[in-house]
Order: sequence, then structure tokens, then C-alpha cells
Amino acid sequence: MSSITRFATRDAGFSARISGFMAHLRDNGLRLGVAETGTALEALSQIEPADIAQTRLALRAVCTGSADEAGRFDDLFDGYWRNGGRVRSRPSTALPSAAQRSTARSGTARDDAEGDGTADAPDAGEGETSTATGTGRLIACTTPNAMRRDLRELVTPEAIAEAQAVAEHLGRALRDRRSRRRRAARRGSQIDFRRTVRRAIARGGAPLDLPRRTRPDRAVRITAICDVSGSMAIYARVFLSFLVGLMRGDPKAEAFLMHTRLVPISDALREPDPLKSVARLSLMAEGFGGGSKLGESLTQFAATHARRCITGRSVVIILSDGYDTGPSEHLGTALAAIRRRGARIIWLNPLKGWRDYAPVAAGMAAALPQCDLFAPAATLGDLAALEPELARL
Amino acid sequence: MSYQTLKSEMQAHGYVASDDLAMAVHLALTLGRPLLLEGAAGVGKTEVARVLAAVKATELIRLQCYEGLDASHAIYEWNYQRQLLAIQAAGDNAAEVEKRIFSEEYLLERPLLAAILRPSPPVLLIDEIDRADEEFEAYLLEILSDFAITIPELGTIKATSRPHVILTANGTRELSDALRRRCLYAHVDYPDRAAELAILAARHPGLDAKLMGQIVSFVQDLRREGLEKPPGVAETLDFAAALAGLGIADLTEDPATLQASLVTLLKTAQDRAAVPLEVTERLAGRAA
Repeated sequence: MSSITRFATRDAGFSARISGFMAHLRDNGLRLGVAETGTALEALSQIEPADIAQTRLALRAVCTGSADEAGRFDDLFDGYWRNGGRVRSRPSTALPSAAQRSTARSGTARDDAEGDGTADAPDAGEGETSTATGTGRLIACTTPNAMRRDLRELVTPEAIAEAQAVAEHLGRALRDRRSRRRRAARRGSQIDFRRTVRRAIARGGAPLDLPRRTRPDRAVRITAICDVSGSMAIYARVFLSFLVGLMRGDPKAEAFLMHTRLVPISDALREPDPLKSVARLSLMAEGFGGGSKLGESLTQFAATHARRCITGRSVVIILSDGYDTGPSEHLGTALAAIRRRGARIIWLNPLKGWRDYAPVAAGMAAALPQCDLFAPAATLGDLAALEPELARL
Repeated sequence: MSYQTLKSEMQAHGYVASDDLAMAVHLALTLGRPLLLEGAAGVGKTEVARVLAAVKATELIRLQCYEGLDASHAIYEWNYQRQLLAIQAAGDNAAEVEKRIFSEEYLLERPLLAAILRPSPPVLLIDEIDRADEEFEAYLLEILSDFAITIPELGTIKATSRPHVILTANGTRELSDALRRRCLYAHVDYPDRAAELAILAARHPGLDAKLMGQIVSFVQDLRREGLEKPPGVAETLDFAAALAGLGIADLTEDPATLQASLVTLLKTAQDRAAVPLEVTERLAGRAA
């Protein structure tokens, strides 16, 4: 096949290319160690490595570890092994073979200049800082914002520290629900008398095992979903630092961003260095300040992540102004589905603080019946003031 | 043995595997690595292990995971009753008995120990690993990397044969990276039309080809309806069996019976409500 990447002649050989491929995967966020390179080589010795389909299948089994990675693998594979990722959708039959050969040869200076599609034109984003001002109605828009925004200018370490304190308070208000009962447990403060006697029967009356019991932790799991569409951009600073604070205080909390789609950000937020975590977040925040498809994002959440993050004792905090471009009933059904899993829903709307605000946006109106608490939140102060309400929930 | 031969052998035993899956199983066998299968419920993850055992003509040892599963249920346990009995029966020469009661004779094998003690390598299925707690996952890491189990009273027991390990998960909990790293990985998806037809043909060979086509189109369309629990392959097979049992030859002929037979496909009240008679008729009409 002419589309296969030609490596330079001084290339060290097969194993070097595989380790190059592993480095390429690592650069793209797959977690692979040295051992995997060995496994990959071993795997390739078990198949026909000249057959690109077989190689693809084998490397996918070795290198990926989750559904998400498996989905991305094909592009990464093509990117490395097949002509720098340039895929022609239409076969150019008219091209003479000589010309084809010259494009296939990577490594010549001319070719490098025109090919190599890795740099994705960063200059395109520079001119289009959104300067939407003036009066008019707030509406939702559908266009995704492809521009990457550096969130470091939004979130400072001091703001994170402050937000962390608030988030910890709120988290504690929601979370502290110890039970009065005691249940059998592997480790516990008390010996479980009934089970001890029961088991002693099997040991001829000698209490050899001492089963224990303890007060179970009825931990409340918090999931925060933050809307970062264009209409919410001015509140992003507060809400993002709040999310960072929440995640750092609670190892079981989950956080998501939503704009035109849903982005899980828990991993990025758990980075020990706050600045680094925000930098990682910036990389993931493509679409930040763009359109909003709340209904779609929440439906996606209800169908996928909700299975993992939501139990009978969960609280879902949604930070959004409720401006949605999709059909509003989607939002309602998505929230109903989340609620059916047993979660309580808290909707924090920055606009609610405005004088004369009424939840007339179709999305907000559809969401309202499903919310256990609908409260204003535009600043950290507002969030801190929520504590008594959450404790009552 | 190449992965294609494995694929056709699995097909001969009634399992239609995708290329992805066949390659992953092939590599797991040749490299001696555990294989982690992930995917929605009902796509046939557990079945892979069963068929693999049939292909290899070996025993299938299954460990069903659940919350609170611990070492004494998964690895080994001392047979305390027998030990006590032995001590009481021995009477005076207790010292001699004490040496004896911590021997293999008094050991109860649980699935993991059983799997590494078999003379020929069995298939070890660790089902729904994401249901077990993280502590158990840590136990498993040790066993999966060295295939050895340490029993304090007896010493380390090495595997006589390396079992072919298959783990399944469907996303109840995120698995640890350490476990994912030790395993090969394959994501099992709902089969496409052609594959599902092949599965149906393999499992219900007596079925009329036209009805089979209709059933598969019907179920595939149903999966796109945005249900809470989309029907899996197992449900398709049940549905086909139900239709065959009810003597239906064409999906459009009797909407009421078809609607009644949907109990095999839709497993929640919401999904039942989402597919009323009209929707069923529309889907059946499109499938025909």
C-alpha cells in the first residue's frame, strides 16, 4: 500500500519503530510503560506483522485499556504508521505514479513543508476573541467553539484555595450522614456477638473467629456538572475554582464540563499541582465558551457516566443558566432519568440572583420540576451561603 | 494457530467473534496474558470464556465477583470443622496432629487456587470484576502476575499450569490502572447486522431465513430507540426462541402477539412504556 509511512533509511529497525509508536501513544495520553513495548513486540511475533489489519488488531489489544482508548486507537495508529495521518478520502486516480511517489516520500524538505498535518493551525484562533457586548436577549447557540482557551488566566491558586474551603464546607454539609445502625464489617469497633456465636457452633463451641461490626458510612457522592458555554463564560472563574476545590477535597466526587458535549474532567482536576491541573484542563476545554446543548449533554451523562457515579445516595450539582439550544423536553427527561437512579439534583443558576429573574428559558422551565433545590450562585460568597440549605436536603 | 483459525473454531462452537475479539483472545492464549473484556450487559462477554473452554477442550472455572468477595471465598479456606474434628479425635498426641492439620488435605480449594492446581490449563473466568472491591482487585494482581498463591501455613503454591484468564467488566466501577495494565483488552460491542444474523443462525439453526432477517433488523432498530437498557444478544436469542415457540413466521402478521413477546427484549418499566404497540408495528413494518 502506498499510504504506509516510509521511515528514513537510517532508522534503527523494527523494535525502534515500535517503541517510537509507543512513545507516540504515550504522547497522546495512553498510559503505557516499558513492559507494554515488550508485550507489543511479543504479540507481533505471534502474527503476520506485514498484514496491516492484523497488526492493528494486535496492537489495539495490547495498547488500549478502556473503551475510550480503543475508540481513539485507530486514528493514532493511522497517524503513526500511515503517512503522518494524512488520509485521502477520495483516491486520486488521475495522479501519475511518479507524483504519488513523491508525496509518499516523507523526509525530504519540500514534503515536510507542505505535509505533516500535525500542527493544527493555532493562528486561526487568535483573532476571534469573543467580544459580544451590548444589550439584547441571552440566547443559546449551537456552534461549537473550536478555539482553545487558556484557563490559567481564569483560575489563580489563591482563588482555588478559597474555593476549596467553600467546597469542603459544602461537601461536608452534603456528605456527613453517618448511620446509627451497625452492620457486619471486616474491620469494626465492635465484635458481632450473634455471628461469633453462630460460627462457634461450627468450631465445636470455640469462638475462633471474631466477626466485627461497625457503623456504615452512608457517604454521599457528589457529581458536579458545570456549563461552560458562551453565556456562562463570565462565571467560569468562580465555578471552575469551585470544581477544583470540590475535587481536591473529596476523592469520590466527579466533575464534568458541558458545552456542546460532555467532558469528564475529574482526572485533570485531581492533579496534585493546582496549576498543572488547570493547564491539563485547558487542553481538554476545546469548545469552552461555545454553544450549549444541555439536554444532549445531560442525556449522554444519564446514559453513560451516571451508571458509574450515581447511587442511591448521590447529589448532582448542575451549574448552568439553563439556556439550551436543543428541544427543552430532552433536558427534562434527562434529569428525570438521573433522578430515577436515586440522585438528588441541585441546580445552581447564576442568573437567579438577578432582580426580576424568572425561569422562563424553556430549558430551565423544563428542568425545574426535577430539581430538589434551585438556588442562585454567581460568586463564591453565594456558594458558601448555600451550606445550611444543603444540610437540610 | 492464527487468529482466523481461532475465529472459525469459535464459530464452530456457536460463537461469532469480531476480528478485534478473535485477535485479543488469540494473543491472550499465545502470550499467556489475562484478557479483560468490557462492554454493555448481554453482548456475550461471559460466553467467550465458555466457548474458549470448549475450543480448548478444557475445564471452565468460574469466579463470580460481588461486593464483599474476599480471599476465603475466592482463593482458599481451611476446613476448620475437619481440623477441629481431627484434634478432638486425636486426644493425647496433639503435637503430631498439629503438624497434620495444616496440610493440603485440610485445605478447601476456591476457584483461584483450583485454577492454578489443575494438571492441564483450565479457562478461568473472573466475571464482573468491577463488582468486587478494590482490596480484592489487589489480591488478584498478585495472582495474575506470578500465578502463585502464598498460604502462610503451607508456603507458596506455584501454578502447575497457567490458566487462560478472562476477566469481564461492565463499568460498575472504574478498574485500577494496575489491573488494566496487566491485561490485554478488548471492547465487546453490540454485533452489527451480519454478525447478529450469523449468531442467530448458529444458535437457532431451524429458524426460517426470512424471519431471522426480520428479527435482527427489528432488534437492531430497537437498540437505536434510545432505551434505558438496550437488548443484548442474549435477548435477541430469547426473542427468536419465543417467536419460534409462538409459531410466528412473519413479524407483521400478529402485532398483539409480537407486542406480548417483547417481554424477552425490554426489561424495565420505562422501556416497556417507551415501546407501545404503534412503535412495535412501525419497527416490524420496517424490518419486514
